[in-house]
Amino acid sequence: MKRAFPILGILTAILLSYSLYMALVVAPTEQTMGDVQRIFYYHVPSAWTAFILFTINFVASVVYLIRRKQGADIVALVSAEVGVVFCTIVLVTGPIWARPVWGIWWTWDMRLTSTLVLWLIYISYLVLRRFSASGETPLLAATLSIFGALCVPFVYFSIWFFRTQHPQPVIGGGGSIDPRMLHVLLINWLAFSCFALLICWSRYRLEKLQREVEQAQALESLTQSPGSPR
Amino acid sequence: MPSPTGITRATLVKDLRLEWRSKDAINSMLFFSLLVVVVFSFSFDPNAEESRQIAGGLIWVAFLFAAVVALNQTWAREIRNQVLDAYRVSPAPANSLFLAKAIGNFIFVSVLEALMTPLFVLFYQLRPLGPAWQLLVVAALGTWALVVNGTFFAAMSLRTRSREIMLPLLLFPISIPALLAMVQATTNILTGEGARVWMALLLSYDLVFTTACLILFETVLNAE
Repeated sequence: MKRAFPILGILTAILLSYSLYMALVVAPTEQTMGDVQRIFYYHVPSAWTAFILFTINFVASVVYLIRRKQGADIVALVSAEVGVVFCTIVLVTGPIWARPVWGIWWTWDMRLTSTLVLWLIYISYLVLRRFSASGETPLLAATLSIFGALCVPFVYFSIWFFRTQHPQPVIGGGGSIDPRMLHVLLINWLAFSCFALLICWSRYRLEKLQREVEQAQALESLTQSPGSPR
Repeated sequence: MPSPTGITRATLVKDLRLEWRSKDAINSMLFFSLLVVVVFSFSFDPNAEESRQIAGGLIWVAFLFAAVVALNQTWAREIRNQVLDAYRVSPAPANSLFLAKAIGNFIFVSVLEALMTPLFVLFYQLRPLGPAWQLLVVAALGTWALVVNGTFFAAMSLRTRSREIMLPLLLFPISIPALLAMVQATTNILTGEGARVWMALLLSYDLVFTTACLILFETVLNAE
């Protein structure tokens, strides 16, 4: 396991540089949008990675509620943290692309709005983790994660109804994609997934060590307190 | 031992009696939402048609903020004298307590709505173009959506530092779809469009989250 980490690191570095080259040089320029379309190769893979991480967060939370294993809690924490980072990338790259293409930074479109609400839900998840008493954090966080996951279909449908009642120019989706573009997109997604896995892994080890240190310190202060018999 | 419904009833009656004698929650909610109505009507100066368009949003935002006041007080009483700990060690089912608290909050917020809605109608000169009885259904479903999650998250934020701030931070993101449904349903009824889709959405939101709360409340109550 110890050797796998640097291997994954090197693999990620190679994949990320290759996918950068693919996205900026190899991929054909889009006919109408021009070069600004290339942000698509970062926007979409980040979105997919974020959604996968949020799914992992939900599964890990359910596992924690059933088994009460610390490992599941750390996985839930780490996937939510990294998921929020990728979701932030999605929300930042989206408007950068939308401004020249749509002419507006933001529209209350179905996909934009549901991603934003998802981001808000997971921010509140991280805030809860930060503010709750340490012993109860895993349990409360796991409960909130389940509520968040239950909320996702409602967010999606409510905004769908909202937008079908007030039609807006919805751009994107539909139409076919050049196979070369799809190829670049998938390579980028692979690179981003490896990158996410790498961050999650090191964050997992960090969190685990931190908890071990805290436990050791708590044990030490218990055994060395002046009132207790030596 | 009394039946689960008996425990629910006893807790509910106790809470209602406490509230009847102190009137802490209802007074602060009333004054708070009155302030919101006044501040809003200074901020916007709408004509009749504009009122219909914006009133749904204003009403529900005012009620949401006011409900947080009541929800924050839900469990505070039970912490004094370790009532909650006593409840935890007793064999009484946790869901009876939860239902009593949720129904209690539902009653408080409904009373608030009953008192404040006439003021809204007066200040904004509202006259619904759609069937007005549907507003009652929307109000009941929407209020339950807010208080059922609110009661649950209030129990969760009890375990956190600065719990009064924590409740809205947890409740608002999860309530966004319900809030959107309430506002849209109210606006559509006021402007005379159909609101059935939104009412169905609210109903399913209520069912799903009530079930989730009942399944998970015991874990949260006994969290150590």
